[in-house]
Amino acid sequence: MHTKTLHEIRELINKGEVSCVELTKNTLERISSVDDKIGAYLQIDEEGALNKAKEVDEKIRRGEEVSFLAGIPMAIKDNICVEGLKTTCASKILENFVSPYDAHVTKRLKQNDAVILGKLNMDEFAMGSSSENSAFKKVRNPYDLERVPGGSSGGSAAAVAAGEAYYTLGSDTGGSIRQPASLCGVVGLKPTYGRISRYGLVAFASSLDQIGPFTKDVEDCAHVLEAIAGYDEMDSTSAKKEVEDYTRYLNQDIKGLKIGIPKECFGEGLNEDVRKEIENAIAVYRKLGAEIKEISLPMSKYALAVYYILASSEASSNLARFDGIRYGYRADEFEDVVDLYVKSRSKGFGDEVKRRIMLGTYALSAGYYDAYYKKALKVRTLIINEYKRAFEDVDVILTPTSPTVAFKIGEKSNNPLEMYLSDIYTVPINIAGVPAISIPAGFVGGLPVGMQLIGNYFDEGTLIKVGHAFERETEFSKVRPSI
Amino acid sequence: MEFEAIIGLEVHAELSTKTKIYCGCTTEFGGEQNTHCCPVCMGLPGALPVLNKEVVTYAMKAGLALNCEINKETYMARKNYFYPDCPKNYQITQDETPLCKNGYVEITTEEGTKKIGIQRIHIEEDAGKALHREDGTYVDFNRSGVPLIEIVSKPDMRTAQEAKMYLENLKAILQYTEVSDCKMEEGSLRCDANVSVRPKGSTEFGVKTEIKNMNSFKAVEKAIEYEIKRQIEAINRGEKIVQETRRWDETKGETIVMRSKEEAHDYRYFPEPDMVYLVVDDEWINNVKNTLPELPDKKRARYISEYGLPEYDASILTSSKALAAFFEDTVKEGASPKDASNWIMGEVLRTLNDREMSIEDIKVQPKHLAKLIELINNGTITGTIAKKVFKDMFETGDDPEKIVKEKGMVQISDENAIRDIVNKVLDENPQSVEDYKNGKTKAMGFVVGQVMKASKGKANPQLVNKLVEEELQKR
Repeated sequence: MHTKTLHEIRELINKGEVSCVELTKNTLERISSVDDKIGAYLQIDEEGALNKAKEVDEKIRRGEEVSFLAGIPMAIKDNICVEGLKTTCASKILENFVSPYDAHVTKRLKQNDAVILGKLNMDEFAMGSSSENSAFKKVRNPYDLERVPGGSSGGSAAAVAAGEAYYTLGSDTGGSIRQPASLCGVVGLKPTYGRISRYGLVAFASSLDQIGPFTKDVEDCAHVLEAIAGYDEMDSTSAKKEVEDYTRYLNQDIKGLKIGIPKECFGEGLNEDVRKEIENAIAVYRKLGAEIKEISLPMSKYALAVYYILASSEASSNLARFDGIRYGYRADEFEDVVDLYVKSRSKGFGDEVKRRIMLGTYALSAGYYDAYYKKALKVRTLIINEYKRAFEDVDVILTPTSPTVAFKIGEKSNNPLEMYLSDIYTVPINIAGVPAISIPAGFVGGLPVGMQLIGNYFDEGTLIKVGHAFERETEFSKVRPSI
Repeated sequence: MEFEAIIGLEVHAELSTKTKIYCGCTTEFGGEQNTHCCPVCMGLPGALPVLNKEVVTYAMKAGLALNCEINKETYMARKNYFYPDCPKNYQITQDETPLCKNGYVEITTEEGTKKIGIQRIHIEEDAGKALHREDGTYVDFNRSGVPLIEIVSKPDMRTAQEAKMYLENLKAILQYTEVSDCKMEEGSLRCDANVSVRPKGSTEFGVKTEIKNMNSFKAVEKAIEYEIKRQIEAINRGEKIVQETRRWDETKGETIVMRSKEEAHDYRYFPEPDMVYLVVDDEWINNVKNTLPELPDKKRARYISEYGLPEYDASILTSSKALAAFFEDTVKEGASPKDASNWIMGEVLRTLNDREMSIEDIKVQPKHLAKLIELINNGTITGTIAKKVFKDMFETGDDPEKIVKEKGMVQISDENAIRDIVNKVLDENPQSVEDYKNGKTKAMGFVVGQVMKASKGKANPQLVNKLVEEELQKR
């Protein structure tokens, strides 16, 4: 059962072959049998999940029409608020913080009668690319328990891959959905900035953060996106743009569609085996009648530098509220209020979080602001313009999601710069604000390889169309880890 | 050496919008602690600010009333600092793009009208309130997120009196436009002053100090006066003024160092990434313009030209919206502008001052004041009696006609009755009669006074005068 996709499960429920309660119990059992090894969950709400499942079963029994997501177990990254559950961001500083309100996406899921199983592990405050920065426990890759699942949404990716939830939500600031999706062999979508409300997502970098779904395949992705996308008056950066019926992009022909291949993404730093898999994927598209065009995105090489200035600057301010005064961890002993701040924050935050707070504080300081933050904003505009220009010529852009397959736990944790490079292909997309999806596209030594498809602003539909065409032609999305 | 002071003021005014600047919570003053808040104004993880359009409208109204230009494209900015009453540890305010800029307020000095420039007006949120108790410090977030405008003047004031006048006129304009109720005691109007001195005639600025913690206009005036004196004396002693923030100590009557320039914060301003650009179009600006009421300057000019009031009276009457409304309503109810002005400038304001009350609290209704004036003019009561009636009206809010009737205060205009009183008084005061005959006309005044007293103020004063003279002649 746990290897099935969301749409397959929907069919089983609709045919009456499985009840939501059975399904939920089954998934909870799956969690208790594998999560000791995976470490995807930080919190499980068994009672809430079963109550919801029961409620949906009754609705179905009464003959009521239910939504596509109704009664199907899912889970949420632990930086998205669910009323009454803890929202820890995998940080000691929020270890006991219970959110008194629902995030917008949570509200939408509840309206859709989703069965929320619990909260998922991650890099602390979404800072990291391996999920090793969780203050509580590491997440392991379901394909190889010695390897990382990617990050920061490692729990969200691993849970879907290991069958511990039929879909999950994550957040993506520089690749935190796509990179773990790639490393765990699942589909992960980062929508256009503003497509999904950020209300209730604990902000890391406000101008880059975006919530998105993890699913087993592209068809599932279309369903989940439709349920959670749309304008929200509580988030002024969310777009007043109508949500499309994304499922109508499934099963479409892509003949004549133009796919851009940026040469900069196939140079130094890309693992040779990964390159071969991506080239095979390009060949599949050529066979399907798509027009493959080499393009150039020269500004992209500055994206990582821009990212670490902008994201860290915003983070240094966004994380200032965690001070031990109103909620969260407070040091036991302190002299005065400044000492309370210093001790609570020094002990409450992990190293990577502190590193980025310092970086950002420095970049915003008097005398450095113009050289770093302001300049980074200008380069950001250049990158935005570069993508806009590129989409005048092509419909989608195809790149590897990550330069390598999943690496070993501990392999990069002492080298932050090398860790940062694993987001080299995903970061520019957040800087530009365009949507991108990672889709399973091959295996290297038994480990999944993901391909990234990048679309124009608010053109998630084309990503679904192009991704689904690949999925119909290949078997990669049907592979499950043996755990 | 003769010195001149350079003064600039930063005024924070709380806007009178019903809800907070970034969420839907009420702005009502008071309330049980931490009941007027939500995830947004508490800065809970994941909560996002959304700009309240009313705040923009109110701030623009203030800007237009203060002759400012409106910035059509602005963005909010974060001001980063750690303080327990600041739930996000940053304040969402405006930095490089204030909503309004380049305005002015006019003040009337001995040398005539002077324009005090306004550099900028920006919108921002208020913080919570720290409550220090014996068992520790608590924070009340009811005020967190209440909308404020900060009005920064240009360094155009030269004396503490000018600063006070600027504040008074600014307050009147904010009240006229109903942008703010400007209650200093509730913290809805706060003022900091930047003060420096320089040798008279110099064009360079001296080193300035910033003064905080002034809780009334009077305190602002006193603090600035003190600071100017302190700086001049320091310079005369050969000391250098250092840039610092000083606190006004009301009881000691002096300013005390709070923090030096070195201790000043680096606020690390940057554009608020949780919000989009604020774009204001001409239609919005024009709609706000159309709601502007007649402002104090215009009103004052009209009182002078239309009502023929002296400039001083016109200035006082227009100094607050409520007072002007009281005056205009009294005129509308039939009183002549001169009479209404005389009464308000005299009895009304004097009584309010004595009781330390403001015009908003008065029980007397304008229509009753107009009636009181009519009762004098048609001879029903004397001026002396009118003052007594007014006292009653002030206490009870009653109709003057009712008071006059109930207390039998109607004027006596019966010649025979008054003549009787006059003769009685003259009989009792032979010395006055003697004095009068010896040419001391002053004696007549005394007799008139005694007659008024004997009639309990009810005798018609003109008749009394006439009859006293007649009777004195006869003797």
